[in-house]
Amino acid sequence: MFKQVVLSAVVAFGLIGAGCASKSNKNASTAGAGSSGSSLGTGGTSDLSGSGSAVGTDDTSGLSLADRTVYFAFDSSDIDGPGQAIVSRFAKYLASHPTAKLRLEGHADERGTREYNVGLGERRANAVSAALISGGASAAQINIVSYGEERAADPGHDESAWAKNRRVEIVQL
Amino acid sequence: MTQLLRILTAAVLLVVLSPAHAQLQFEVTGGSTGAQPIAIVPFGANDGVMDIAQVIEGDLVRSGLFFALPRTDMLEKPTEPKQIDHRNWKAVNMDNIVIGSVRRDPGSDRVAVRFYLFDVLRGEQRLGFEMPAAEPSQLRYTAHQIADLIFEKLVGIPGVFNTKIAYVASQGYGLDRKYALMISDWDGENPRTVATSREPLMSPQWAPDRKRLAYVGYERGRSSIYVHDVASGKVRKLVSEKGINGSPAWSPDGTKLAVTLSYESNPDIYVVDVATGAKRRLTQTEGIDTEAAWSPDGQSIVFTSERGGPPQIYRMTADGGSPTRISFQGRQNLRASYSPDGKNIALVNLDDNRYRIALLDVASGSMRLLSDGRFDEGPSFAPNGATVIYATQGPKGAELATVSTDGRVRQRLRQTGDVREPAWSPLQR
Repeated sequence: MFKQVVLSAVVAFGLIGAGCASKSNKNASTAGAGSSGSSLGTGGTSDLSGSGSAVGTDDTSGLSLADRTVYFAFDSSDIDGPGQAIVSRFAKYLASHPTAKLRLEGHADERGTREYNVGLGERRANAVSAALISGGASAAQINIVSYGEERAADPGHDESAWAKNRRVEIVQL
Repeated sequence: MTQLLRILTAAVLLVVLSPAHAQLQFEVTGGSTGAQPIAIVPFGANDGVMDIAQVIEGDLVRSGLFFALPRTDMLEKPTEPKQIDHRNWKAVNMDNIVIGSVRRDPGSDRVAVRFYLFDVLRGEQRLGFEMPAAEPSQLRYTAHQIADLIFEKLVGIPGVFNTKIAYVASQGYGLDRKYALMISDWDGENPRTVATSREPLMSPQWAPDRKRLAYVGYERGRSSIYVHDVASGKVRKLVSEKGINGSPAWSPDGTKLAVTLSYESNPDIYVVDVATGAKRRLTQTEGIDTEAAWSPDGQSIVFTSERGGPPQIYRMTADGGSPTRISFQGRQNLRASYSPDGKNIALVNLDDNRYRIALLDVASGSMRLLSDGRFDEGPSFAPNGATVIYATQGPKGAELATVSTDGRVRQRLRQTGDVREPAWSPLQR
């Protein structure tokens, strides 16, 4: 019935799994993993610098530098009225403090792909940067980073969460 | 201030020292219609080491294309061909049975495995292999290899049981959010941490040689593209321009990465030589160009572009020539990648306010939806082209899902927290 032949063909694949077994495979920590401090001030949700008091005191808008988040409509990088008030306040601050620096952190909601959303977030941060510069800041005072949808302020999956996540956070350096 | 620094340093250290993220839990959620029966008999002399037959059985069942005869229903447990009595298998409606035995290499710890696949109905030996002796710790890979051989013989396409997936796991919100770039076996076994960070880790992509992984990380508010050497664990920062450093995609020959950079204007596609770091800009348009992917023959690059309005998929030559729109169905189409045979493109399609995975037939231009979630993203082909893995929103966070390109078999991989951005490794060469 069965042919009693053993086909002893040796499978000539590579050393299977050799890469995984290597004892020297310590977890590599990169991208700021091991570098303490890399997470400083990049939180996006809280202002570690505690810089709310740094705002000019001659302002009567009732805003302070604690109001440092500009929100955007879906798929838009247009700065609305409340956003303009925040931006012009920071523009004045930068113009009167030439050594002061800001980082603009651009964010998107979860809709759309992750890398595309990094582009959207940067477009929003660029819009805020342009408004700051037209308000008297210099480009050298502004750093821009986009986190796309990676750092949601609200983890929900509805419009109210998305509205909080489409934002640029202004972080004093 | 020093106190504050100390606390923050401790917090960062905690991230590094915290235990590895939990293992992904695997579940077949759809399929098994038309699955074929198979019996994997416990291997002879399989004492003191991993149960080989069980691993093979797990692989085949998880593929969704097989169901396995429970051991308790086996009327005999042969380990050599001459011990097989075909009547015992016809009685339980088994066509195919796998038998085998384990042998200790004299004078070492290494273990050799011999196995056979028999078609009991026809009385034919269909496979018979002596697998190279392996360390006991590597026997899982020997078993996957055997499963690959059986799968290819019975299904007609290569098995992917010896492949790996890379993915990003994250937990927490705000300052507490932690990201880990992970590698595991295709079924979530043997998870290993490649990198951890309190800033986002994104877009892992396997090099064609499977020895390197490109990914995006952030450090002090600046993004970079890193190349991680899997065997040594060494990491190289390849690109770190001002602005966006994103969306790495390996050329089929492994010498170049297509990337997205914005330092010269807005997000555009560039090609970076991996050895020298030399950059060449391929797109110049206003708006976002991103998410490049190469065709398997290396001649073309597909990418997401806003040049015509909302994002759609365009194709250009690998040196940036004659970009042409290739996606037309749907409000938006994003993040295209070619199937290994170059005939299909997996992408993210937006229609009816749902982001779903779709397959675009390159020749005909027709599109077919593969997934049915609301926020499905990040499709990645298995190296045999038969399955696509992607990220979807589960009841408790983002999780990974797979779907066979014929839509029959569906699997889920989940763990606590969010799991995203799967990248299926190439086959081992």
